[in-house]
Amino acid sequence: MAVADRRNRIAILGLTSPAYLWLTATIFLPLSAMLYCSFLDKSPLVPQPSSFTLKHYGAVIDKPVYQQLMLWSLELGAVVTIACLLIGYPAALALAKVIKGRWREAMFLMVVLPFWSNALVRTFSWTMVLRPGGLADQAIHLVAPGAPALNLLYSYPAVVIGLVHSYLPYMILTCYISLQAIDDSVIEAARSLGARSGALFRRVVFPMSLPGVLAGSALIFVPAVGSFMEPRILGGAKGATLGMAIEEQFTVTANWPFGAALSFMMLAAVLLLCLALYPTARKRMEGL
Amino acid sequence: MSKSNSRITRRHFVAGAGAVGLGAATGLLATPRLARAAGKITVLNWQGYGTDEKWAVEAFTKATGLEVVHDYFNSEPEMITKLQTNPGAYDVVLTNSAWNAVASGQGLVQAVDTSKITHFNDLNPSFRDSKLLNADGKVFGVSWVWGMTAIAYNTDKVKPAPDSVEVLWDPKHAKHVSVRDDAIEAVSYGAIATGQDMNHPKDLAKVKEKLLGLKPQIATMWSSEDEWNKLFQSGTFDVSVYWSGSAARSKTNYKLPVGYMVPKEGGIGWFDGLAVAAGAANVDGAHKFIDYMVDPTFYVEWATKIGAPASANVKANEALPAEDVGRQIHSDQAAIKRLQFMSPLSDDERQSYSDLWTEVKAEFAK
Repeated sequence: MAVADRRNRIAILGLTSPAYLWLTATIFLPLSAMLYCSFLDKSPLVPQPSSFTLKHYGAVIDKPVYQQLMLWSLELGAVVTIACLLIGYPAALALAKVIKGRWREAMFLMVVLPFWSNALVRTFSWTMVLRPGGLADQAIHLVAPGAPALNLLYSYPAVVIGLVHSYLPYMILTCYISLQAIDDSVIEAARSLGARSGALFRRVVFPMSLPGVLAGSALIFVPAVGSFMEPRILGGAKGATLGMAIEEQFTVTANWPFGAALSFMMLAAVLLLCLALYPTARKRMEGL
Repeated sequence: MSKSNSRITRRHFVAGAGAVGLGAATGLLATPRLARAAGKITVLNWQGYGTDEKWAVEAFTKATGLEVVHDYFNSEPEMITKLQTNPGAYDVVLTNSAWNAVASGQGLVQAVDTSKITHFNDLNPSFRDSKLLNADGKVFGVSWVWGMTAIAYNTDKVKPAPDSVEVLWDPKHAKHVSVRDDAIEAVSYGAIATGQDMNHPKDLAKVKEKLLGLKPQIATMWSSEDEWNKLFQSGTFDVSVYWSGSAARSKTNYKLPVGYMVPKEGGIGWFDGLAVAAGAANVDGAHKFIDYMVDPTFYVEWATKIGAPASANVKANEALPAEDVGRQIHSDQAAIKRLQFMSPLSDDERQSYSDLWTEVKAEFAK
């Protein structure tokens, strides 16, 4: 027995260590380098000795514009996540419980299609759809010739549209996986006990799919909060996020420490938010 | 390799994958060095900015036997970063008037041996001898091209032709104005519009207030020449802060109705210097390449075939055909007198301009 245990342990170590080593090297090391950098008084590449300082974190707190941007970024992340959930969950439900066979495969193909194109190309193609007189306007004018131009490009909704398009597949796929795992006999049992559709969804299907919903939300919320490319291209002057301000610290001011401090403040905000929501989520899932 | 050695067992593969992962990770962390061979020079520049023209590189290689390899940067801080992190990797590097002193101050570029630059005496003294490219009596950058960042407008829609920076704030063009999303350019124009020193405005509050006044005007902000052309063509904006060389290209190559003017209140001028990187492996080759870059033959072909900023070589500019749009834009002596040239900023200045512009943009987004 002891021998088998040890062999198991070696196998587990052998199987997991490449992934963990990889993650350590590619995530942990750069992140800790950036964390270290955020406490330096000058960029680490300047060939002069640098010293420890907290001034960059002080500056983030001193300058209200960065808090404003952080708030907007968190709000944008929430809006995008909720939109993905509202659009993606019904699609996942249909895919898991209604559509079967070849149709399901075809639908899946359409879901993952956005992943096949480069994010930048995808975003620029949205500018062609959303610009005044663009494809969206033309389509509307086909149906209602007198309708006013949409004029969506360079607005907040345009940013949301672009981000939802990019991240929707995550929500559909994670929700699909947990919805598909629900045994049909559980649903039948609920029905035989007299549950109507509303109660069935509220008390059986949705709670059981919660892990997928939460995983999808986390996968979308975090990158959406940090987005800077879509707000710039689709939002124009109306797109302002903390991600854009962070990018500016690296490309314009060459103030890496301040950029790093901004990044870690955002990371902290996201982590705090997740921690605050964690007990509620766990409680709901324990009830299963 | 024998057959038994080349067989990969599952266990070997797992160990191998781990090793590859580690190797790749340390590879990422190690200082990247570009492969080099004898008879080769490496140039660090913006992509598509003259030095990497295929015909030019071929002609240079044919004449000197030196192969030319390029690496690119997307912003000046990135250029400095690349020089700092890859010492010895580059031979020639492009530094502009605001960044040459930063590079030489950090020992990232070396003094140029001007005796090896055969066209040195033909270069416009106001750029060649500028303190922005010289330090301690040594030349750290050979002035190559220069240009303006002024105002372009749609000649079909903006009439009469504007001559003041106030055209950006003119309610007639509400929602049809654009500026580049660039903190330093924006602050410079805010300073010019409020009658201050463009590089070091004393009253930043005034600059901010002026820039906030752009809120009802701005259609969008642009970030690349290609984007500018598309937005201008689609009528998204009619008036915009724009680069002179790009304006010439938009007019010549894309036949866009572009008018260009340096406001009576002043405009931004800049010039680029080609520098020899510190620790360059091929110092002699670097000088040869720089000399070729300021040669009228190269410049005329670049300017007429592709479109270029003005050359710092007086003879090269004179060799352009009289009807050349770029030549017309860059030979207006009265306009040139109104320019203020970009000079180095301190880290604190750059940070305060960036903060200011971030605040203004946040206000735009509200």
